[in-house]
Amino acid sequence: MTIPILKQGGILIASVQSAVSDGDLARLEADLATRVGLERSSGVVVDVTAMDVMDSFTIRTLLEITRVNKLRGAETIIVGIQPDVAFSMVQLGLTLEGVRTALDLGEAVNMLGASHLNGHV
Amino acid sequence: MTTATRLPIRTEHDIVAARQHGRELAERTGFEGSELTVIATAISELARNIVQYAERGEMEFAAATGNGRRGIVIVATDEGPGIPDVERALEDGYSTSRSLGLGLPGARRLMDEFEISSTVGEGTTIKVTKWVSEPS
Repeated sequence: MTIPILKQGGILIASVQSAVSDGDLARLEADLATRVGLERSSGVVVDVTAMDVMDSFTIRTLLEITRVNKLRGAETIIVGIQPDVAFSMVQLGLTLEGVRTALDLGEAVNMLGASHLNGHV
Repeated sequence: MTTATRLPIRTEHDIVAARQHGRELAERTGFEGSELTVIATAISELARNIVQYAERGEMEFAAATGNGRRGIVIVATDEGPGIPDVERALEDGYSTSRSLGLGLPGARRLMDEFEISSTVGEGTTIKVTKWVSEPS
């Protein structure tokens, strides 16, 4: 199941579903890298609100997405990590060092700033 | 006493199925809130370990009782290459694949009990247990 990528001004938004497979996430990483170039996006928001489990593979892929997008000139913000998931991640020893996070989509869009919303001119 | 359920673990889709099954059993056993997520995460790491290193194996899920407490026992078995240095595989950040190296040590931290036996060329068995927290 491909994870859809929405475009809002200069920002790309991808919402990850709960039963996402490893392959879907890996595809999202590649798709985002391509779309950042196609759409001239400078901001990417990955919404993980629906995810009830985030294991080491998921976190590794999110880290990679952030780094790849960075190299493509776009900033990534991960939004919606659930309290229980955050708790498990800390116990597991996982952090998202160097990755920007936000509580929800609105906050992420604010963090990326109005310039991203209007897109590049 | 519930009987154990066995699920084959071969593909990434089996990883998702295993953690969903485990979460449901944990819920029926009396686990709540973040404990359910903790258990599902540990299952995910163990199942991924099978897919990544052994290609195929199985996971067994059962409810348990001990010392008047209820709990859940999960046994992950594979007939893969085995782990040459178990001590090292349990250290944070040690990985022979391109992962974060947190799978096994992470699963151990998430659960209350963790037993591993592995023989090179024969396979690996990991048994983890978590007990329902006493109401405080």
